[in-house]
Amino acid sequence: MKNLLKLTLALVFVLFTYTSCNNSKSSDNKSGALASNVAEKVYVAPGEHDEFYAFISGGYSGNLTVYGLPSGRMFKEIPVFSQFATSGYGYSEETKPMLNTSHGFIPWGDSHHPDISQTKGEIDGRFVFINENNTPRIAKIDLKTFETTEIIEVPNSAGNHSSSFVTENTEYVVAGTRFSVPIPQRDMPINEYKGNFQGALSFISVAPETGNMDIKFQVLMPGFNYDLSHPGRGKSHGWFFFTTYNTEEASSLLEVNASQNDKDFIAAVNWKKIEDYVNNGGGTMMPADYAHNVYDEHTHTATSTMKKEVRVVNPVDVPGAVFFLPTPKSPHGCDVDPSGEYIVGNGKLSANLTVHSFTKMLAAIEGEKFDGEAYGIPILKFEDVLAGSVEQPGLGPLHTEFDGQGNAYTTFFISSEVVKWKLGTWEVIDRKPTYYSVGHLTIPGGNSGKPQGKYMFAMNKITKDRYLPTGPEMEHSAQLYDISGEKMELLLDFPTHGEPHYAAAMRADLIKERSQKIYNLEDNKHPYAAFTDDDTKVVRKGNEVHIYMTTIRSHFSPDNIEGVKVGDKVYFHVTNLEQDFDVPHGFAVLGQNTSELLIMPGQTKSSVWEPTKVGVWPFYCTDFCSALHQEMQGYIRVSPADSNTPIKWSLGEDIE
Amino acid sequence: MKKSNIIMLLAAILPLGLFLFPLWKITLEAPQYPIPLGMYIHINDFSDANPHDIKNINLMNHYVGMKYIPDAIPEFKIFPIGIIITSVIGLLIAFKGNYKWFLGWFILMIAISAAGMYDFYLWEHDYGHNLDPKAIMKFTNPDGTQMGFQPPLFGSRDILNFKAHSYPQLGALFLTLGIATGLIAYFIGKKNHKKSLLM
Repeated sequence: MKNLLKLTLALVFVLFTYTSCNNSKSSDNKSGALASNVAEKVYVAPGEHDEFYAFISGGYSGNLTVYGLPSGRMFKEIPVFSQFATSGYGYSEETKPMLNTSHGFIPWGDSHHPDISQTKGEIDGRFVFINENNTPRIAKIDLKTFETTEIIEVPNSAGNHSSSFVTENTEYVVAGTRFSVPIPQRDMPINEYKGNFQGALSFISVAPETGNMDIKFQVLMPGFNYDLSHPGRGKSHGWFFFTTYNTEEASSLLEVNASQNDKDFIAAVNWKKIEDYVNNGGGTMMPADYAHNVYDEHTHTATSTMKKEVRVVNPVDVPGAVFFLPTPKSPHGCDVDPSGEYIVGNGKLSANLTVHSFTKMLAAIEGEKFDGEAYGIPILKFEDVLAGSVEQPGLGPLHTEFDGQGNAYTTFFISSEVVKWKLGTWEVIDRKPTYYSVGHLTIPGGNSGKPQGKYMFAMNKITKDRYLPTGPEMEHSAQLYDISGEKMELLLDFPTHGEPHYAAAMRADLIKERSQKIYNLEDNKHPYAAFTDDDTKVVRKGNEVHIYMTTIRSHFSPDNIEGVKVGDKVYFHVTNLEQDFDVPHGFAVLGQNTSELLIMPGQTKSSVWEPTKVGVWPFYCTDFCSALHQEMQGYIRVSPADSNTPIKWSLGEDIE
Repeated sequence: MKKSNIIMLLAAILPLGLFLFPLWKITLEAPQYPIPLGMYIHINDFSDANPHDIKNINLMNHYVGMKYIPDAIPEFKIFPIGIIITSVIGLLIAFKGNYKWFLGWFILMIAISAAGMYDFYLWEHDYGHNLDPKAIMKFTNPDGTQMGFQPPLFGSRDILNFKAHSYPQLGALFLTLGIATGLIAYFIGKKNHKKSLLM
């Protein structure tokens, strides 16, 4: 009985301490010393995973970087439009075709706006699409492997900037042109721009199962600059909105000449209407040269196909499909709220933020209350489509994202801040400085009907004193804010690689459930794969030598090769026989003028080596693979061009 | 049919669960394997706990000179035949025999299982001790003898950086249940026999 009493007391005591401990924890969130401890909010303990993944464009690096939120740690740089020595992307024979264009092999790109695929208006975590601005291209990155698997060039386009945003079921990835150009391209005086140049808005269809891209049609618009775009969603699904500047159609000194009109336009495009028109045979096929590069995950090889024509649509031929919404003053960002009702046009030279109403737009179209036309496209009256404006929120508004709670967050480049305001009432709720000159901002699940809230990060163009001021070149920085409360709270500064132009972010669990760890050897259909040491061989075809090689901890097979001659083109086709998660092997040979190869378990990659000197040259594993990594090496003998050294290969013969 | 014979019928059938479920599992845990490596031992084969585990165990074990886990070892042909034969014997005596035979079947099963375990031990011993003399890494015990890498027959044990676990699986449970049920059939048969003698 006594014991029972003791036990009860002990139990009560334990429960008490436990609950009081809980109480103290919850009260810590609101007050006390820990309330100001923002470090705790971004701390991800060893072994724990970040809650969100952000895909930040590398801008002029041509790539895409992957960051964790809230930690701000960089996990990977995914090569997309630029050669990448780390993995051999754009150097290996399999990936060289990915960088093929109608202008030839282009080893560099200027990546801008990543966007994640969606199903029913929600982020589905299958693909990231990203645009290349300079030589217009759209790439698709598979989030299963974080590899670039498709790149399509966009003809008739120049400065592929108002891209690559997806519609709410990923029916289309849209690529609008920033620069208008002569279509088709031709030799003509530049000062005859006005009326002769055109802007192409490209609608690239995405196959629902495979994600395969194809340019379904291009709308050839008047010669303005199409700056940014966003899809309609919910009630406005089926429409796409593009901001324009240079409605003056100037071709010189644009900082002045393209800033004269009080209002430019947001072009509202009813793509469903144009799709119907095209499905019924509308539009015309126009000769065009553009590359379509597809990476096959079974052969581990990309192929590049040159396409010869594209379907173009004159918007005047599809009445009711395209309208202009006057928007002050050289608008840059074009953002649609999660409900699809509000279209925010940030006039970068305007003191106010202009918000259009989709409902009002439809009513104005219904009532045919037009304020003239431009090249046959009806212009709606500004007052008829205006939902409201945020009065003097800051200087130089650029981009807006939404938290799904009825709030919008807009960046101001000139006043270096993010301003939170309320949709519908247009009142400013909060403002926070950024360090410095912020461009885009991202909320996970942005550009979807269901933003995932919690965090917002701003991507700045200047770092100055945030890190050691040693330069002149410094990495840019991003800044993470907690947006779960009424007021925004700055949590973290983290450096970004290249120019952090824009980012798409999402809950990490969506990626985790889809991720692929290895390539199954059984699924490897590479024509030069070798699956066992017995499959390895060296084959001469004229002056080409093909080496079918395997790697496994810790040797190459074969590791002694003879019979290669100066002037030969030697292909090393290396298959990694490992099937363990994260045991890549590398390959490099002395004097190689491409890059090393980094070969993942179960993968085959090929590298060309053109020996110029007689000798016995070593090759080795470049990725620290195992305890015997240093021993993972081999020799290749190069004989004079006129020698008779026979082809020979071996492994492990000198022991025993 | 007598109650004891029905129970004996069940006893004879239960070990056939070995053809449906694995007998044993050996798991290797180490910090660099967040998902531990593992292999199931079935009555007639080895299988991966996760895809490619056996291949990865082989790759790792070759550093110390352990043999590649073979695709088939002779026992994998003998064991299934043994189980089928003992089950058939069990069925025959369930239909025809009296309870004394049940005890005989029970003893037979105990003997065969013990022999099986001993054979498993021998295999493990050979696998863990009969190392390639040209092994890349050689480890010795404090007394200077060659270190063995034998996984435990039953239970857990540290082997270098690995923690090896060796535990029976569902198949073994079916076998044990079958053997135990055989004994139960014997006791029930004996009790009924006494009852019928008294009546």
